[in-house]
Amino acid sequence: MQLAEIAQALGLTARSGEQHLSREVTGGCVSDLLSYAMANAHAGDVWVTIQVHPNIVGVAELLDLTAVIVAGGQEPEKATLDKAKEQGIAILTSRETAFTLAGRLYELGVR
Amino acid sequence: MTLRSFSHSYPVLGGAYYLAGRAASDAKRRLGEQEAPAEFARRIAIATYEAEMNICIHAISGEVVIVMEGERVDVVANDRGPGIADIGLALTPGYSTASEKARTMGFGAGLGFANMQRCADRFQVSSQVGIGTRVEMTFLPRPEENPGGAAPCS
Repeated sequence: MQLAEIAQALGLTARSGEQHLSREVTGGCVSDLLSYAMANAHAGDVWVTIQVHPNIVGVAELLDLTAVIVAGGQEPEKATLDKAKEQGIAILTSRETAFTLAGRLYELGVR
Repeated sequence: MTLRSFSHSYPVLGGAYYLAGRAASDAKRRLGEQEAPAEFARRIAIATYEAEMNICIHAISGEVVIVMEGERVDVVANDRGPGIADIGLALTPGYSTASEKARTMGFGAGLGFANMQRCADRFQVSSQVGIGTRVEMTFLPRPEENPGGAAPCS
């Protein structure tokens, strides 16, 4: 499933990496612990987190994640968005909780 | 896969969270350019990132040295910091002495060494309390990691 379809279905706001909305999403991971995401997220995944600092971009880049979805209405730091734009990493935001987002992603077939 | 000979030292500053991760990112890029197996590159990127973050979280300063040669990659993280009194305890998954700030950022969950051990083919920690810590890791392609690279000529 394309990231753009997910963004539309879940009402996500693209904050960086809009040029990558056509990329495929092949799985997902939910965690606010970076080491847990490092161990369990894989290339092509979306990562749902409430972390907003620039290291989330580093993790997404290292793992070739399709996107980071920042949940719970959290606002990514400016440095995070700057780094994400520089490195071409898609960051999307949502007012929904990580729990709700994970459930809806699963319903959409991301599993 | 035969990696071009490469050796570089990346400085890491304690507390500079936003700057850490350069060694891992550079290693991943170099391995990708040389079409190293994806899972091999992933293991090196994860373990190197964790080593960098450990220096950032716990030490005053340090460096991560990456050496690539043939099929082998060595990563050594050396720091000047508090050291580790009980290495066995420090290697216990879930154990951490990270600051509240590091934990709030989602670091310091006591998973870093576990990730490094899982990813590396050889892993060794040595430390002197009050002086610093040294983590040495070696990575070799595993049998299940099919080499990438160009398809053979037909």
